Amino acid sequence: MTISWRRKYNVVNRLNTRTRVMIYVGIAAVYLLGVFFWGIFMPESAYAVNYGDKLLPPGPGHFFGTDFMGRDMLFRSVKGLSVSMVIAALAAAVSSVIALAAGVAAAVLGGRADSLVNWCVDLFMGIPHLVLLILISFMLGRGARGVTIAVALTHWPELTRVVRSEVLSVRSSQYVRAAYKMGKSHFQVAWEHVIPHVLPVYFVGVILLFPHAIMHEASITFLGFGLPAEEPAIGVILSESMKYIATGKWWLALYPGLMLLIAVMLFDVIGENLKKLWNPDSGNE
Amino acid sequence: MVRMKYLGKTVFRMLTLLIAVSILSFLLLEASPVDPLTAYIGTGSTLSAEAKEEISRHWGLDEPPMKRFAAWASNFIRGDWGESITYKKPVKTVIAERFKFSAALMLAAWIFSGILGYVLGILAAVRKGKLPDKLIKTFCLALQSAPTFWIGLLFLSLFSVKLGLFPIGLAAPMGKAAAEVTLGDRIYHMILPAFTLSVLGIGKITLYTRQKFIEILNREFILFARARGENTCQIILRHGIRNTLMPAVTVQFAAFSELFGGIALAETVFSYPGIGSALTEAGLGGDVPLLLGIAVCSAVFVFAGNLAANILYTVLEPRAGRYCEDR
Repeated sequence: MTISWRRKYNVVNRLNTRTRVMIYVGIAAVYLLGVFFWGIFMPESAYAVNYGDKLLPPGPGHFFGTDFMGRDMLFRSVKGLSVSMVIAALAAAVSSVIALAAGVAAAVLGGRADSLVNWCVDLFMGIPHLVLLILISFMLGRGARGVTIAVALTHWPELTRVVRSEVLSVRSSQYVRAAYKMGKSHFQVAWEHVIPHVLPVYFVGVILLFPHAIMHEASITFLGFGLPAEEPAIGVILSESMKYIATGKWWLALYPGLMLLIAVMLFDVIGENLKKLWNPDSGNE
Repeated sequence: MVRMKYLGKTVFRMLTLLIAVSILSFLLLEASPVDPLTAYIGTGSTLSAEAKEEISRHWGLDEPPMKRFAAWASNFIRGDWGESITYKKPVKTVIAERFKFSAALMLAAWIFSGILGYVLGILAAVRKGKLPDKLIKTFCLALQSAPTFWIGLLFLSLFSVKLGLFPIGLAAPMGKAAAEVTLGDRIYHMILPAFTLSVLGIGKITLYTRQKFIEILNREFILFARARGENTCQIILRHGIRNTLMPAVTVQFAAFSELFGGIALAETVFSYPGIGSALTEAGLGGDVPLLLGIAVCSAVFVFAGNLAANILYTVLEPRAGRYCEDR
């Protein structure tokens, strides 16, 4: 009785996997793009200083409350998150190109090239990621430029590994060997046969790179190495909130962090669901 | 024999990587726009030009970078790690003092997250697809996506400010002489930071254990055990744990890198005087010797974790012989 009732009214279970994946991905994408564009086109007056209502708790006027300068926390958080996303997008663009080139080169060329790429990956993974980010942003004299370059340059090792192992699985397949026999060069084989094969896994990897990049940007900014204090960034907001938490201003930390958490989770949802769609084997996991 | 050879090769590889890591760190810090002389004597210094030149000659600042690296490395190996600018003490002393605090913190978090994650993973695997599994999976996803410092801030505002259960920060009560601080005080001040730090690792270990356990539970010997009349509890104890504990511990060792990143964040939130907060202070204060020392130490720490994982995998896991040959 209960089972049939559930079957009948539980819409989610009646849809097939592909439709469900598309719905999840659609909702997540709408939210993320919404925050992104809202932040980009937000006028600075939305989070302007207003000493008249400082440190207001969350209420109908200010859904997330206000900070010690009377700035609206909702608008600041949205703006901050969209700044993080811009940095993450840059990181994804740079790191994914490095990862694709290095991963494919390592697996297709093999031998020396393979050892070199593996060695570089191990080298970058040998230092804790956060320490490496601090070193790079220190080198660049901190600030927005430092954090952007640091985040962009350090997210390739894991994706390189993924790409490399994916290429290895087709390297000795019939069609690749046939292509070599027909006199094609390494580069031609990589371009025509190997890269199309890796693309699905690669795109999922790129999307799953976003949450890492966003989180690392926020962490570095929180520690004081990233975006400057006058910039609306989640890291800056949370590091400011440290001073006010002892006096019970909990909303300064809770909501901005929650927005970051939701954004990171939604990127994960998109990545994992697309993985299910593009790589049917992973559905059984 | 194959195993020992593999292990020897791994150790050698790690040593070369360690040298490369120190060169990389050195070059990164070398290229920074912070002038070591200004960082040392401060911007408002009244030192004469000759005195400044004297210091920079004494430090060898006018030498080429590779020569300076060689000098630094030979001093480093001989135990002279330089002088910290922010703390006005030898780098080695600063790191040794602070590492004690951080080690306690990391050990507590490491063990706690390992045990809790392992148990949660088993629970989820046994109830696969049911409500507990779904709850645990969602919980882990949320934990993995949550920034460490934010969790720390929430713990602070809930447990310390609202409920008043724990102190707001530091590693000992304020205004108490160092000699009077008891072990109880230390532990009391460590609970919240350790808890915050462990949040970082729980999600990963839980999801890994769950997947590994499900793999084991689908094997035929489990079916046979069920047919013999063993109940779920017996199956977990007799077959499940034996087959999954080692891989789980290996994964936990391999997570040392994230653990080290986590202490920088957790210690900053709780103003806990460990190596993580020293790292941020060194970075913000332009303290190159200390920054370099910590970077190298963190790399040693990560390599130690990886080495432990490798040893567990090759020496203690009897079936890994084939794995070594494949590498």
